[in-house]
Amino acid sequence: MRWIWIDRFVDFQSGRRASAIKNVTLAEEHLHDHFPGFPIMPECLMIEAMAQTAGILVGEARAFQEKVILAKVKKAVFFHYVCPGDSLRIDAEIETITPEAASTRGTLSRASETIAEIELLFSHVDQNLGGSEFPRQNFVFEDNTFKSLLRSFLAERPTDQNAEHPRSPLEPST
Amino acid sequence: MDATRDKILEQITEVLVDALGVDEDEVLPEATLMEDLGAESIDFLDIVFRLEKAFDIKIEREELFPVETLMNDPALVQDNVLTDEGLALLKEKMGHSDITEFEKDPNVNRLGDLFTVNAVVNFVETRLR
Repeated sequence: MRWIWIDRFVDFQSGRRASAIKNVTLAEEHLHDHFPGFPIMPECLMIEAMAQTAGILVGEARAFQEKVILAKVKKAVFFHYVCPGDSLRIDAEIETITPEAASTRGTLSRASETIAEIELLFSHVDQNLGGSEFPRQNFVFEDNTFKSLLRSFLAERPTDQNAEHPRSPLEPST
Repeated sequence: MDATRDKILEQITEVLVDALGVDEDEVLPEATLMEDLGAESIDFLDIVFRLEKAFDIKIEREELFPVETLMNDPALVQDNVLTDEGLALLKEKMGHSDITEFEKDPNVNRLGDLFTVNAVVNFVETRLR
């Protein structure tokens, strides 16, 4: 069981860009403490929303064969508070992807207002072992939790979009 | 220093300031990326990606910072010291760095001394030629 911090994908272009939605609710207990009487989404959880959106994008680009690990927050700038009831849109795009790593950039926004700009670096950890050992199984994507988010998007995608989107490895070949 | 090299250093300074969160005046030509500027292993990937973008070049893995190639072969490193074969390979791969000092005590723990700002400038300058 993995902790999912985004609600759904609204766009997914294999190897290029992805967009997801995160709805913020006062039912999230940490908001009661952050801060009492003034609930705002912690910035680190905005980074997490981007890390999951961009991380799945990077993972899918290599057919979920790599263990994709967030290695570095290259940039994170926040412009506004995020409050319960807000619907956040996360737009991520791959800047560079190589056998050993990927860099992504993107924004979090609320309606047309930019909330944050976040750039991340992901490691394909098996390609950067430097003598260390990791479990052989893919502990990032193996339990299918993250993949299920993408499956939901693919299942709901209007058929007229299929032509412009390359087939995902999650989709059965016909 | 000619104008082109000056311009390259300026762009590399910008890359290192962004990648490592250091101040511009810390990025001296002789500064080492690890010891002086605090770079960790993942930062090298970040730096390579940023250089590719800044200069519109393609940098192959281990081209700029050839560490794994050397470390993972017992013919090249014995008891943490580069063998003659290892040194020869290092010279071949790191033409962008001055290894005269390193050669006197080729301990792998001193490899980081070779990764200087100057070495990065030399590398980019050669690639742009």
